[in-house]
Amino acid sequence: MNSIYEYVSRIEETCGQESNFVVFLKYERSREAIEKILKKSELQRSISSIIYDLKFKGASLRLYSSGKILIKNVKEKETLLKVLSELLL
Amino acid sequence: MLNPIKLREDFPILKRLVNGYPLIYFDNAATTQKPVQVIQAIREFYEKHNANVHRAVHTLSQEATELYEGAHEEVAKFINAESIEEIIFLRGTTEAINLVAYSWGLRNLNQGDEVLLTLMEHHSNIVPWEILSKIRGFKIKYVDVNEDGLLNYESLEENISRRTKLICLTHVSNVTGVINDVKRVVKLAHDYNALVLLDAAQSVPHMPTDVKALDVDFMAFSGHKMLGPTGIGVLYGKRQHLEELEPFHGGGEMIRQVSYNPQTGRCMITWNRLPWKFEAGTPNIAGAIGLATAIKYLKRLGMENVKVHEEELTGYALKRMAECQKVTIYGPKDPRQRCGIISFNVANVDSHDLALFLDSYGIAIRSGFHCAQPLHQRLGLPSTARASFYIYNTKEEIDRFIDVLKEVEQL
Repeated sequence: MNSIYEYVSRIEETCGQESNFVVFLKYERSREAIEKILKKSELQRSISSIIYDLKFKGASLRLYSSGKILIKNVKEKETLLKVLSELLL
Repeated sequence: MLNPIKLREDFPILKRLVNGYPLIYFDNAATTQKPVQVIQAIREFYEKHNANVHRAVHTLSQEATELYEGAHEEVAKFINAESIEEIIFLRGTTEAINLVAYSWGLRNLNQGDEVLLTLMEHHSNIVPWEILSKIRGFKIKYVDVNEDGLLNYESLEENISRRTKLICLTHVSNVTGVINDVKRVVKLAHDYNALVLLDAAQSVPHMPTDVKALDVDFMAFSGHKMLGPTGIGVLYGKRQHLEELEPFHGGGEMIRQVSYNPQTGRCMITWNRLPWKFEAGTPNIAGAIGLATAIKYLKRLGMENVKVHEEELTGYALKRMAECQKVTIYGPKDPRQRCGIISFNVANVDSHDLALFLDSYGIAIRSGFHCAQPLHQRLGLPSTARASFYIYNTKEEIDRFIDVLKEVEQL
């Protein structure tokens, strides 16, 4: 069975008043994962091919070409996992 | 004067690329990088001398014991303690504070007593006391911090009383880099017969430290923030206090005798002498040796030189960051009032976003509350980004950091 953890190495809840998530993509699969995410989400803007600001079903994603994604407007980890499943699988 | 360019040759990790860019490591308040001398000392211990310490007669154990006890000597001299009996090796600052909480606090703090903490403490100097307060029923009072991040000494004077048994404070804030006037606090505390526990995690690595001059009763710091390995830290305690304390952890090494009495069906236990009374079980021998090597490295540089270098970097960074229109810096503007730690935000940019952006260019900083949520609440900050410097950082790295920060402002 496919799992997001084929692409994701770690998920961190950010520390601060506003709680968001940082998703760390597996280095060896990050290019593939980034392509999938870009294909499925709505591009708001890109900056020098380093940052992509994206929208996907109410979630705001800031995708870094280094393979890290800051995800906002997602309250629960279960919702986050669902969003990631839809984007990556 | 330090020559950071020359020093950098000792740090293999500084040669690597991160995300295609040369690593700029500005997360030194979290942990520092390790010079080859420390790495080699640990390796050499395992390759040539590895054995358990104390109570064995074979050669390897003798060598390991001498190295381990020698590490205590090195630390004692570094902070000007009276002897190794005042130096306890633990996992780090957190465990050292917990030792004081449970060995001293559990037996000496009662209902009606008060412990003073400050709003700028790291969680490791808050949580043990809050836990213990629930068990023992003593009161905790928090000393206020001013808007500029400096300790409010009037608040300290207002809160201290004959009920105060202990003041726990940090020497240097891990958020603003503010250096507290420890001598002033200790003098006041002792006037009221209260003890002082100093969290020196952010000061011992960065400035000369003399426990006799500071006159603190207990002081805690970590090896990994001063070029040493993780998992080794120090509790300094005045001998008279340590003699009176009961052990924190029980086990091997920390006892002199455990004799079974068949008439009572119990064991009679007598404690080992200081400092071993507080070092139960097999200690982190390699870590201690690594820490001692790190201290030798810092002593060779001279701690006054380390302090001056960081002051220069901090002053330079504050000046350059002031060029950035959207950057807000927290803490005092005078670099002499702070260590090499700068917390800041960029308007309308989340601190984690900022850290991720900088990481894309190989620049490592930290973001969030930095385990000091009460201080962030006091200053009304949702979170902060933090750059922190050490001996191997350069003005050129700060210039690069500023270039990227100016890009962030365009986001």
